[in-house]
Amino acid sequence: MEPILRLENLTFRYAGAGEAALKNINLTFEKGSFTAILGHNGSGKSTLAKHLNAILLPTEGRVLVNGMNTAEEQYLLPIRKTVGMVFQNPDNQIVASVVEDDVAFAPENLGVESSEIRRRVDEALKTVGMYEYRQHAPHLLSGGQKQRVAIAGVLAMQPQVLVLDEPTAMLDPAGRAEVMRTVETLRRQGVTVVLITHHMTECIHCDRLIIMADGQVVMDGKPGDIFSRVEELRARELDVPETVSILYELRKAGMDVPLNALDTEDCAQAIAAMLHAG
Amino acid sequence: MLKDITLGQYFPGDTLVHRLDPRTKLTVVVLYYVLIFTASSPLTMLLAVGSLALSVYISRIPPRSLLKGLKPLMFLVILTGLLNLFYTDGQVLVRFWVFRITREGIFRSIQMVMRITLLVCGTFLLTYTTSPLSITDGLERILGPFRKLGLPVHELSMMMSIALRFIPTLIEETDKIMSAQKARGADFDSGSIFKRVKALLPVLVPLFVSAFRRADELATAMECRCYHGGDDRTRLKQLSMGRADYLTLLFWAALLGAIIALRVYGL
Repeated sequence: MEPILRLENLTFRYAGAGEAALKNINLTFEKGSFTAILGHNGSGKSTLAKHLNAILLPTEGRVLVNGMNTAEEQYLLPIRKTVGMVFQNPDNQIVASVVEDDVAFAPENLGVESSEIRRRVDEALKTVGMYEYRQHAPHLLSGGQKQRVAIAGVLAMQPQVLVLDEPTAMLDPAGRAEVMRTVETLRRQGVTVVLITHHMTECIHCDRLIIMADGQVVMDGKPGDIFSRVEELRARELDVPETVSILYELRKAGMDVPLNALDTEDCAQAIAAMLHAG
Repeated sequence: MLKDITLGQYFPGDTLVHRLDPRTKLTVVVLYYVLIFTASSPLTMLLAVGSLALSVYISRIPPRSLLKGLKPLMFLVILTGLLNLFYTDGQVLVRFWVFRITREGIFRSIQMVMRITLLVCGTFLLTYTTSPLSITDGLERILGPFRKLGLPVHELSMMMSIALRFIPTLIEETDKIMSAQKARGADFDSGSIFKRVKALLPVLVPLFVSAFRRADELATAMECRCYHGGDDRTRLKQLSMGRADYLTLLFWAALLGAIIALRVYGL
């Protein structure tokens, strides 16, 4: 099957900057997959995200969305409609003074008929669990609620891919959990998700984890496999989940435990299995 | 504290006045402006007051809150009243020092004060019963035909609705910046006016920087949601004129007609 997103030799340099922000990146994203991209500030992960729906255009190489080249003007709207993007600050994404009017913004731009807009708005708001708030004013909602409205606003466009650029960075722990639950729901509904983040814990449940540093992809694989490369991650000053950290210490002490347990349950079982065997 | 301000003083409600299409209400307000400046005799002034009173009654807006809107204009009202009172020629009733009061002056003065009061109350009735967004929407539709003449109608209304959307956000931000600076010893509440204005400068600079950053991010987010101007744009909420709208327009047109006729016949 043709991947939904294809990045070929993507290099990008900001105007006037000496060093390239992205250096020769080759990646493909399969339909229905959930990929997390992790990296420090300045690693190029947000710049990469902005290439996925033609906000930025490659300096060299190309980006294909469903086979459409982002550099070609004629594909601009179809590409933006295919790849929805949610940003860090929910306040700066909400256009209207009433929740449902805001969610209706994208379908209105696409010239969708008004009865169909109504249907899409209701559906999107129910998906993110904000249907009861449809008449509210956005500025009176909590951060997590606002971010869910922003997600609904993108969903009403019916995109095939949802790119989230650090959607939880400005939220409190409760808001962060709300947003991550919503992302999980969308993934189950078959939406292709690309999540840009610097929170370790948000990457645990994804299918694929990409680690970026200095504008390059440095690791790419299943989260269990990547997090078990503890020394390599620590050398890049990246944290590992607590479970992995415990198992790593046990292993250093000479016990035979696997390193790829990412949640508490798996970790406990791995330790129990080791104790039984020993 | 600053966060609790109400925008456009809209009183939500579900009366006939609230439910009317914003286009109807905007048209009626314009008709009413013409009406109050056409009405000049006691009879026609009475009609102008009566018709507004009827609308206020139907809208269930407390008359006192309508009159509250007059407060900032009190000076203007009194000044207009006094000028008309003292400077109208006619049959002199009282004379003292350099002033003289004429019969026509008294009448003229009452007339002008009433006109300004009605003008303000009529406008406030519109903003009290119509949300700022509906007013924007209504204006966009009414001005729609001027698009062909190059008036950027859609852009103006989009700017207005975004401005309305961001007022509370920016107020909240101002609050935050002021608190942050108070925490570092800034003093906004004492000293001369000049000193206080100067103290606000360090608040405005970060506020502007942040507003520009927000504008930039919002523009990107809007582009991501396929915004490409007003062409081929549809709306979630279609405005529709019902029977009540046509009847309302008919009523006001007839009233204006009647007042013009009465004026022509000198009544």
